Amino acid sequence: MRAFTQHQGLVAPMDRSNVDTDMIIPKQFLKSIKRTGFGPNLFDELRYLDEGKPDQDSSQRPLNPDFVLNQPRYQGASILLARSNFGCGSSREHAPWALDDYGFRVIIAPSFADIFYNNCFKNGLLPIVLEEKIVDQLFREAEAEEGYQLSVDLDAKTVTTPSGESFSFDVDDFRRHCLLNGLDDIGVTLEDAELIKAYEDQRRQTAPWLFGAGQ
Amino acid sequence: MAGKTLYDKLWDDHLVKQRDDGSALIYIDRHLLHEVTSPQAFEGLRLAGRKPWRIDANLATPDHNVPTTDRDKGIDGIVDPVSRTQVETLGKNCDEFGILEFKIKDKRQGIVHVIGPEQGATLPGMTIVCGDSHTSTHGAFGCLAHGIGTSEVEHVLATQCLVQQKMKNMLVKVNGQLGEGVTGKDVVLAIIGKIGTAGGTGYAIEFGGEAIQNLSMEGRMTICNMAIEAGARVGMVAVDGTTIDYVKGRPFAPKGETWDAAVKYWRTLHSDLDAQFDKVVEFDGSEILPQVSWGTSPEMVADITGAVPDPAKEEDPIKREGIERALKYMGLKPNQAITDIKLDRVFIGSCTNSRIEDLREAAAVVKGRKVADSLKQAMVVPGSGLVKEQAEAEGLDRIFVEAGLEWRDPGCSMCLAMNADKLGQGEHCASTSNRNFEGRQGFGGRTHLVSPAMAAAAAVAGHFVDVRELLNPATGEN
Ligand code: SF4
Repeated sequence: MRAFTQHQGLVAPMDRSNVDTDMIIPKQFLKSIKRTGFGPNLFDELRYLDEGKPDQDSSQRPLNPDFVLNQPRYQGASILLARSNFGCGSSREHAPWALDDYGFRVIIAPSFADIFYNNCFKNGLLPIVLEEKIVDQLFREAEAEEGYQLSVDLDAKTVTTPSGESFSFDVDDFRRHCLLNGLDDIGVTLEDAELIKAYEDQRRQTAPWLFGAGQ
Repeated sequence: MAGKTLYDKLWDDHLVKQRDDGSALIYIDRHLLHEVTSPQAFEGLRLAGRKPWRIDANLATPDHNVPTTDRDKGIDGIVDPVSRTQVETLGKNCDEFGILEFKIKDKRQGIVHVIGPEQGATLPGMTIVCGDSHTSTHGAFGCLAHGIGTSEVEHVLATQCLVQQKMKNMLVKVNGQLGEGVTGKDVVLAIIGKIGTAGGTGYAIEFGGEAIQNLSMEGRMTICNMAIEAGARVGMVAVDGTTIDYVKGRPFAPKGETWDAAVKYWRTLHSDLDAQFDKVVEFDGSEILPQVSWGTSPEMVADITGAVPDPAKEEDPIKREGIERALKYMGLKPNQAITDIKLDRVFIGSCTNSRIEDLREAAAVVKGRKVADSLKQAMVVPGSGLVKEQAEAEGLDRIFVEAGLEWRDPGCSMCLAMNADKLGQGEHCASTSNRNFEGRQGFGGRTHLVSPAMAAAAAVAGHFVDVRELLNPATGEN
């Protein structure tokens, strides 16, 4: 997995709460058996005026000029500023894949849906929870100032504005450790293979009905 | 010391290792797979040269992409080549690794959350995961069950464990008796309407109280299914006689002495009387009316006797904007009566409401009646091949067809419209599924979430109608 330590980038503010994963990447694009290539269809229904289909050249499609990511000033944004309950709904990991493929590295919101939050970490994407009033402030600043950038330091757990104001955020130690070092979760878990086997052996004794399929 | 909640018990029984950083390794007893969220996980496994840890813990079936007609053609019946590749890929992956799969022509095929319980592959006290957020459904059996992303699918395949943080405990208690015509679906919609789509975020919800205890397993599954729409990855109901009766005799269920030992353990799967919950929310079951969602989030619901809200009356500016945006998308006016919403299509199906009892409830309403002429389509999609078979044995298919509803083959179908079944732009659909997000059932489609009985009543009337009037025409007013 790609490591994440620090990142500075342009901020795109998406002023809408309860953004669900169907909205982030609509179902017709979930038919791919790959992990990449979802970027052009990120927020497809909001971003384009026509109906998106898999395998179509999105550069030829009519853009919705009102959608924030289509505005010239937000081109190249890598930090998404969002509202509460971001990523709710379906567990599709295609949502963080699409955000990542588009170029986002950080998402800041007052709250995230659990599964989405977790999926981000597996893909080198950092979701940051900040208090609602701080997020409000960042929205105001990002909308007021063209080219507004934030810098994020995962080691120090801080988000810093262009004026030097710094906010700290919380992230649990295991996720932070894996992300900072780009660790493969599975490899880390397999270091405990003996423990897993011991647990399994004990369960075979105490709860034998959990083993061996019926058919 | 305070007693344990059901969630605490399930957690403790599956804890392989508590790490110093607060995370824990949790053992997974059952892993369900479907075609959409698994291909990248199998690919990852292959790339890393890993093998599944425990083959017999896995069970797979294609459901999201399968067509609901022409099933005798098997995979060749899937017209969309991309969908076909996905279903084929699942088949190849399962064959390669020796994982049991109910393939498209197997009568045990169906929606993954329907077939697990139906086969007894879902047993009380298990940890169950699947790359699908509605895995919470299985919590109805006193399981710790939740959806995971594709990276975690790979993680479970490779290690039979997940790295988890313990959630907080929430009890949602529904007291008293439900009124006539009020189902598990209405209960869960009313709960989401009250606590909101983020109300359960970070919590494992246990549903309890007299009204829940009186529900059948189907009703409990409907409620746990939509825990995720309340923001909670996990929904659960304690094990009782209803649970054990349902499991008994199913193909994967234990038999003989093992069964007796299992039952003894299962009987302990409830929260202790003195267990402490971090949050408790109570409802009076007798006050819950049939529900209809009017907006683009499952918390946007109203009683059938109610009306669409007026954004002008909402003080919170973000909420007001949310309502305005939803009304615009849904093509509804503030204060419009719910019964004035006209429908284009009706969909009875999905992992929320496609089990035999759901179909019986719908059939009871349409029996001897006709679907309104104004509807373009009304369809019933059973949750599995076995549900279909059972329904046909009971003659439900004929009731539906005679009333003018289409009787289809099992799959997710119009719940998310990954196959050919979808809404046209601007069309209103009464749907027994679980998500009314923009575009969920087709680009520009407008979804209203309801119970099977309410969907059936709407099919007959062509607009929403209080199902209690149809169940009881003598006392109902029109
Ligand atoms: S029926 Fe709908 S919600 Fe359920 S698993 Fe299928 S697509 Fe998901």
